Amino acid sequence: MPSPADPTRPRLRLHVVTGKGGTGKTTLAGALALALAWDGERVLLCEVEGRQGIAQLFDVAPLPYEERTVAVTPGGGEVRALAIDGEAALLEYLQMYYRLGRAGRALDRFGVIDFATTIAPGLRDVLLTGKVYEAARRRNPSGDLVYDAIVLDAPPTGRIARFLNVNTEVAGLAKVGPIRHQADSIMALMRSRRTAVHLVTVLEEMSVQETLDGITELRRAGLPVGHVLVNLVRGSPLDDSARTALGAGSVAALTVEAALHKAGIDATPQLVAQLMAEGEDHLGRLQLQSAQRQALLGVDAPVIELPFVAHGVDLGALHDLAEALTEQGLW
Amino acid sequence: MVTVPRRTKYGPQRPPTMRVAPPRGPTVSAPDLDVDGLLDDRANRIIVCCGAGGVGKTTASAALALRAAERGRRVCVLTIDPARRLAQSMGLRELDNMPREVSGIRGTGSLDAMMLDMKRTFDEVVEAHAPPAKAEQILANPFYIALSSSFAGTQEYMAMEKLGQLHAESVRAGRWDLIVVDTPPSRSALDFLDAPERLSSLLDGRFIKLVLAPTRGPARLLSAGVGLVTATVSKLLGAQVLRDVQAFVAAFDTLFGGFRQRAEATYALLQTRGTAFLVVAAAEPDALREAAYFVERLTADQMPLAGLVVNRVTTPAASLSAEEALAGASRLDPHDSTQSAVAGLLRVHAERVRVQHREARLRRRFAAAHPTVSSVAVPSLPSDVHDLAGLRRIGELLAG
Repeated sequence: MPSPADPTRPRLRLHVVTGKGGTGKTTLAGALALALAWDGERVLLCEVEGRQGIAQLFDVAPLPYEERTVAVTPGGGEVRALAIDGEAALLEYLQMYYRLGRAGRALDRFGVIDFATTIAPGLRDVLLTGKVYEAARRRNPSGDLVYDAIVLDAPPTGRIARFLNVNTEVAGLAKVGPIRHQADSIMALMRSRRTAVHLVTVLEEMSVQETLDGITELRRAGLPVGHVLVNLVRGSPLDDSARTALGAGSVAALTVEAALHKAGIDATPQLVAQLMAEGEDHLGRLQLQSAQRQALLGVDAPVIELPFVAHGVDLGALHDLAEALTEQGLW
Repeated sequence: MVTVPRRTKYGPQRPPTMRVAPPRGPTVSAPDLDVDGLLDDRANRIIVCCGAGGVGKTTASAALALRAAERGRRVCVLTIDPARRLAQSMGLRELDNMPREVSGIRGTGSLDAMMLDMKRTFDEVVEAHAPPAKAEQILANPFYIALSSSFAGTQEYMAMEKLGQLHAESVRAGRWDLIVVDTPPSRSALDFLDAPERLSSLLDGRFIKLVLAPTRGPARLLSAGVGLVTATVSKLLGAQVLRDVQAFVAAFDTLFGGFRQRAEATYALLQTRGTAFLVVAAAEPDALREAAYFVERLTADQMPLAGLVVNRVTTPAASLSAEEALAGASRLDPHDSTQSAVAGLLRVHAERVRVQHREARLRRRFAAAHPTVSSVAVPSLPSDVHDLAGLRRIGELLAG
């Protein structure tokens, strides 16, 4: 696989992958993690929605709150995966930063942990982003970063700006103190040139509109937009001339019937009409697809297209997608 | 030679769906979901649509509401986060927190549409249940502002609150006889079922008492533990936050009880005979896996499940098999423009048949694992919905 094109650009540390439901956000987050690891990087792939999508994608047992290797690459790279859980993250956080052995247990006994992670809306997002931040800057005893890159399978497009920006809210609430300091540091990482938010979409009106809205929202919040990943792009069995001929309606039913006979198919006028109707429907979908592709041209962000995988995404297909991402320059 | 029974090869821990025989055709043997029967039954007063995001759930809710209205019901549809286009397809420029009448409804029924505005709903609750001075104090509290406008999770509480309000209004004023509810687009869609329990554990929890302790005279509650906890929270968040939270909780104390009562009432209402849950999915592995989660969760909560709607199903018009079509295509001359176009048509058809078979296999697996769940498949349309006619068309497809 080729190396990154522009050596002067700072290497991205945090890749946030968002997208409307059903667009293949988790799949592409996994493919991106593989693509990065291919080059020898150590990559952490995180999920935050408790869906265990990564485990299903890499065909491993459900992930605990623990970094587990899910793939290794010939280049010596590695993808580890972590399903971040709010409650575990909070306890770990308290222990790590405040050494709250006894006080941490007291908090738990008083229901504060429960309050913070399940009842007080929003604090969960603070903890999830806090854990990502911690992983992004963790160093081993010799002082090297433990991970070269973090890929976050993030909440959907409609919620992404709010999710990433949650620490601004916290900073607004907590005027001083260590939480305030932490919130500021997290926002500094989220807004830095080493972070990119990639938006996964399909070529459908609603998904594209949501992507455009999401980009506006991200930019308004000062969050860096990375690539637009157009997923599930379907090819067509019709070549250009066939498309033109069928689209112009210049192929008559009788000639279709004759050609079908030549193909050894027992063609009734009904079958001819049905096949032509399917063709028309297919052309309609292609047109819709290209109209949406057109709508994405106005976006000031690089666009990458990824093919629809007909037989379902297995590990092989995941590697193909990773390669497609690399070839089209997503780093 | 010992013959090993084929089944043991798979092991007993595999889900039953793994043992389904390979497909022979696209038929799916789940009981059919009678959508019109559901809409026409006047005993049904609430229909809740849930499912993963991106499966056409909001559009399905609107289409069901329209169809019910045109079959004579007086309907209100509560959408959570509709695309602008969906609002436009109902002839409404913007949807907001007020039910607006949709014009162009055929027949004697009516349709009102609205979108949940969680901040507005929250503010209204405060205004309706607290004395003016106190309400003002709450609305200005920074913790309240953050909670009501930007934090995730509030949507679910407010969806529950709004549904309760709409239902109360439909009973009191008789303005509607059916409420169709869309749910938030994620797994948290069912979090609203947890709202009563969460509010209860919040209120009964010692944390609230702890937070309130300083304002209520600490002598009764104060212990070494409390002191430690307040000191810790204060250290973590800063004393300012603790004061804001205390002020917020103190002002909110009386309201929380009302919230809980109403959430509990709505929860109980959802379990009654007048409610029907529809799980919406697409014929894709992820969407059906989520659908299975919803079905199981609803069953565990004893919520009345009406059935499964599988959206965007591929339905080839012609009955030619994929193999025949491909074999035929290979016999045609690629250099002859007509023949190559017809070969293209045959390949388009073959691809559809294959997709159809894959979708049918997925649906059969779902049916095998959930044999009592009725379902209906909605064929995929070549274009998006832009107007009432488009919604009507989807309604027709939903009704089979």
